[in-house]
Amino acid sequence: MTKDECKKVVVDIIADIAPDEDLSNLKPDVRLRDQLQLDSMDFLDIVMELRKRHGIEVPEADYIQLASLDSCAEYLTPKFNALAAKR
Amino acid sequence: MNTRSHYDVAIIGAGMSGLAAGIRLAHFGKKVCIFERHNAVGGLNSFYSIAGRRFDVGLHAMTNFVKPGVKGTPLGKLLRQLRIDRDEFALCEQRQSRIAFGRHGETSLRFTNDFAVLEAEVAARFPRQIDGFRGLTSAVREYPDVALDTGYVSAREVVRRHIGDPLLEDMLFCPVMYYGSATEHDMDFGQFVIMFKALFLEGFARPYEGVRVILRVLLDKYRAAGGERRMKTGVKHIVARDGRAAELILDSNEHITADHVLSSIGAPETARLIQSGHHAAPAVMPGRLSFVETITILDRQPAALGWGSDTIVFFNDSPRFDYARPAEEVDPRSGVICIPNNFDFGLDRQLPEGIFRCTCLANYDRWAQLPEDVYRVDKQRWYAAIQASARRFLPPLAEADLLSRATVTTDMFTPRTITKYTGHLAGAIYGAAEKNRQGRTELVNLYLCGTDQGFLGIVGAMLSGISMANLHILQKG
Repeated sequence: MTKDECKKVVVDIIADIAPDEDLSNLKPDVRLRDQLQLDSMDFLDIVMELRKRHGIEVPEADYIQLASLDSCAEYLTPKFNALAAKR
Repeated sequence: MNTRSHYDVAIIGAGMSGLAAGIRLAHFGKKVCIFERHNAVGGLNSFYSIAGRRFDVGLHAMTNFVKPGVKGTPLGKLLRQLRIDRDEFALCEQRQSRIAFGRHGETSLRFTNDFAVLEAEVAARFPRQIDGFRGLTSAVREYPDVALDTGYVSAREVVRRHIGDPLLEDMLFCPVMYYGSATEHDMDFGQFVIMFKALFLEGFARPYEGVRVILRVLLDKYRAAGGERRMKTGVKHIVARDGRAAELILDSNEHITADHVLSSIGAPETARLIQSGHHAAPAVMPGRLSFVETITILDRQPAALGWGSDTIVFFNDSPRFDYARPAEEVDPRSGVICIPNNFDFGLDRQLPEGIFRCTCLANYDRWAQLPEDVYRVDKQRWYAAIQASARRFLPPLAEADLLSRATVTTDMFTPRTITKYTGHLAGAIYGAAEKNRQGRTELVNLYLCGTDQGFLGIVGAMLSGISMANLHILQKG
């Protein structure tokens, strides 16, 4: 998986969690919280949807890694690839 | 272990909070079953049929209404968490509501889903209080009302710091208390904030078909997520072993096990189910506040009686507003009128019949002890008294007997009815006076959601189920 594909996975999840947000102009290097109205309940949902849909585990200590799309891609892409290698 | 009778989560009660919790848990792959003693879902917000006519209970209006695009409020959080598209609720806004005080409603404050209307009304009727009112509004906006760990603060004390006129103070407390206070005379400021926002800063709406639309949406989501539901199957006992809810014994005498148990039936009601063998569960007192409601079905639209403007009217005729368990069966001095026809259903749509509902404070013990024949007679007597009281706060009718001539049928529920159908002790629809924000109980895997957790109104009830499912189960992985 490429980092861009990984970002798309995250954006798809946010689109389902927060259908009332406009995701067309998200800046990858800016914190999601600063561009969208996402609260802690929504971030918990991103983590849980990653687990449900893709089997990716994000421990609570690593939630901070999901701050922006860029940091999501940095953190999650290796996890996706490690998982794919195992299969 | 019989895998068919083991669940990740067992939920007691299929009301709004239990259903909402169930949707969250089932969506994230938990094996969930909701056990409901009644044959209908909804709990305190349900509906029933008599002679083919459906009556809503509980819901006068859904509070917390905000227009599409307004984010960060309870309604938006609820929709996101349950993956509900707001069009599914098809909410129709109120026309206007009023707080009417005095023997004939001489002092009246109008409010709508636009907060500026209330602000202007306060400025016009209480010019010397408007700065204080604005200060109170700021205090409400800034208060961390969804925190799960704030202590009790007297709302009366906080409000008096801003509002110097007892009449205005009581007028603000009347709707806030009637729509959610489990405590008499005063309430926790955190609860006041939740209700003030829900009623005044947000607003009232309802689906055209009433509460059943909301329940249908919840049930469809729950079913689609794979949740199970057993109706007419209450939980009779919770067997405690080593500080855990080890087993549930159902009304059918089946034994069920679950990793987690979420009870929406109330704190004292849940405590009563626990069988530990060691010690009696600590006593949680049932709430003291209950209500009666009269429902009058009319052969014409209320507008034809001149009652076409007000959706909800909160009234009080006494020098001070007395929110307490009455000494008599009913206290008709104050109450709430709801005219469901006066939601804005659109130009070409109106409810087929007129509906006029009145709610007043009631004393559970007085109603509970009546023999059946006296109970029936007293219902009729109080029906008339409540209607006579409430009518003083609506525009006068052209002819004195117009209302009785327009009446097709009537119904009335009492604290006794509430306990019979919902299992809530003492008919306490807002639950015990003391709230348990964290929802923890004496058993580590048994949690409370719903009324006694402390988020109120139907949006609050659903958020309660969501928060407790998140906090105790989903966040733990």
